Amino acid sequence: MTKLGTKPGREISYADALYEAVASEMDIDPSVFVFGLGVDDPKGMYGTTKDLHVRFGADRNFDTPLSEDAMTGVAIGAAIAGMRPIHVHQRFDFLLLCMNQLVNLAAKSSYMFAGAVSVPIVVRSIIGRSWGQGAQHSQALHSMFMHVPGLKVVAPTTPHDAKGCLIAAIRDNNPVIFVEHRMLYGNRGVVPEESYAVPFGKARTLKEGDDITIVAVSHMVVEALRAASHLEKVGVHAEVIDPVSLSPLDIDTIIQSSAKTGRLLIVDNAWTACGASAEIVAQVVEHFQQTRAIQVRRMGFAPVPCPTTKPLENLFYPNARTIAAKAYDMVKGADQHWLPEGPEAKEILEFKGPF
Amino acid sequence: MTKGVRGDNAVLLRRLYTSLYRIRRVEEEIVRIYPTDKIKSPSHMSLGQESVSVGVCEALRKTDIVFATYRSHAAYLAKGGDLKRMTAELYGKADGAARGKAGSMHLIDMSTGMMGTSAIVGTSLPLAVGYALAERMRGKDTVVVVFFGDGAQEEGVFHESMNFAALKKLPVLFVLENNTYAIHTPLGARVPAANFRERAATYKMPTQLIEDGDTLALLEATEAAAARMRAGGGPEFFEVMTMRWLEHVGPGDDLHLNYRTKAELDAWKAKDQVKLIGAMLDDAARGQIQREVEEEVQAALAFAEASPYPADHELYEHVYHD
Repeated sequence: MTKLGTKPGREISYADALYEAVASEMDIDPSVFVFGLGVDDPKGMYGTTKDLHVRFGADRNFDTPLSEDAMTGVAIGAAIAGMRPIHVHQRFDFLLLCMNQLVNLAAKSSYMFAGAVSVPIVVRSIIGRSWGQGAQHSQALHSMFMHVPGLKVVAPTTPHDAKGCLIAAIRDNNPVIFVEHRMLYGNRGVVPEESYAVPFGKARTLKEGDDITIVAVSHMVVEALRAASHLEKVGVHAEVIDPVSLSPLDIDTIIQSSAKTGRLLIVDNAWTACGASAEIVAQVVEHFQQTRAIQVRRMGFAPVPCPTTKPLENLFYPNARTIAAKAYDMVKGADQHWLPEGPEAKEILEFKGPF
Repeated sequence: MTKGVRGDNAVLLRRLYTSLYRIRRVEEEIVRIYPTDKIKSPSHMSLGQESVSVGVCEALRKTDIVFATYRSHAAYLAKGGDLKRMTAELYGKADGAARGKAGSMHLIDMSTGMMGTSAIVGTSLPLAVGYALAERMRGKDTVVVVFFGDGAQEEGVFHESMNFAALKKLPVLFVLENNTYAIHTPLGARVPAANFRERAATYKMPTQLIEDGDTLALLEATEAAAARMRAGGGPEFFEVMTMRWLEHVGPGDDLHLNYRTKAELDAWKAKDQVKLIGAMLDDAARGQIQREVEEEVQAALAFAEASPYPADHELYEHVYHD
């Protein structure tokens, strides 16, 4: 368990941390290259791939035809040939066009061929609410990929973990689905200048507390930490855990915390049905059955497609206040009808579209 | 009829016949053994289609790369895949090409450039393109061949792959093995016009039609195409007419299903490439090849029989690559 943000050091944004990870790996390993719709355009994927082609050559950071299916296969073929491609998607929703290649080819090749080939690809995919992205530009479908043996799924929240996880993903000899929330891009945090890998399968306890364990995914970690601040003011001490990597999943850290607090609230940045939250609950309940009754609750997207209009979009997502209220009810018992006062998340308020 | 300037080359003819006859005999033996249930793997037989793989692969270097389909036996053997590891794989044994985890539909031999095959139609097409991209990025002059059936050209990924290969002028030889049936569905029920070469031509790639699965014509065409591709000429497209003799999957005849006629099949059997190439050799040469192949095939089957099944712990191995 590592605490972040307690040491002085250089602070950069999540987006800059991603850029640094890719650029540093491209610098030391000629087999690393980047492609995807718009990676070499003037905006450079929110700055995360900006001018990589100028620095490393046009064949190592290139735009592609709108052919997600084939381009995923191209990544797999190049990886089998010994390269380390990074395929970037502006929206996670587009991964549905890549499902066949990811699930039938990438995930299976090592096993099906008894280790004769490896498929070291990174699939960077951007999720997230903001400014009316709606039903087809905001989905977070990481749970679908957690279901499949052979894939790894990571969703780092802090700039530190964004850099370290992306470096680890590039060096990993397996397909890695790398989930990035758009509302995290501007977040700043301490990021070492040197190269480092954050190992997968290690959760982070970002705040300690004895009353309730809150496990949150991606941007919901930010909201959960805000919720924990609300809760502190009313004397409830929440422990906030960021799994960082969803597959492999560090269930031990979650189990230990749940044993301490006796209460587990999981807040996914996704739907709850058959999701990461369902998997975590199942594993925790299986662990404690007949020895300990752990109180469990889940929060996530409303079970509807995401609407664009702001009032409904706000209801669709959990936020710091609703997370705090749910945790408070769990600690106090029945419904307390308590909802803390507080502004909407700064990064959401400040975001301006259209993209 | 077979044609080609190389038809008088005795060494070449012996090599071609060995490759063709070897595939034929291996598959005949699979057909013989299949009812014993020792081969618990859906096997899509190449019988009748051997020449497509042999004609193309004979023109390739060992370092060239082949991607193929779940009808994989011919391509695997033609590219030099290890026969013993293939038979053991079909038997689900630990000495198999993938330790019994792959079966007939997913043969692989990386040491000879035979990439693992896929059971999902069309999915190998973009992998071949990606492999070619990687080789060019590293300055190699490798040629990558991808075999696919006429069903694959109906998949969207066929067009996406052709487009990208042509856009980047990648050295990919697209070889459409046109046996005119997708399982039992004829072309007429699937496309308004079987103008596959026209489709490829819209991506600005040179195309050729090879009739009758002609081994020598394929060899010659592949040699020329490979030379152009090594020189940076970009992808090319072959449409090879051929016919599978047996049912879509399994060892049986399927004329009783009445989706094709005996006359149609007999016409193809009358121009069997294995026999035609064999007839170009004298009896002594042909007989020697047949004896050598027979010995090798029986040894491979004995090897598969003797090989152990994988241990229980192997269930959990290779899910992730270290």
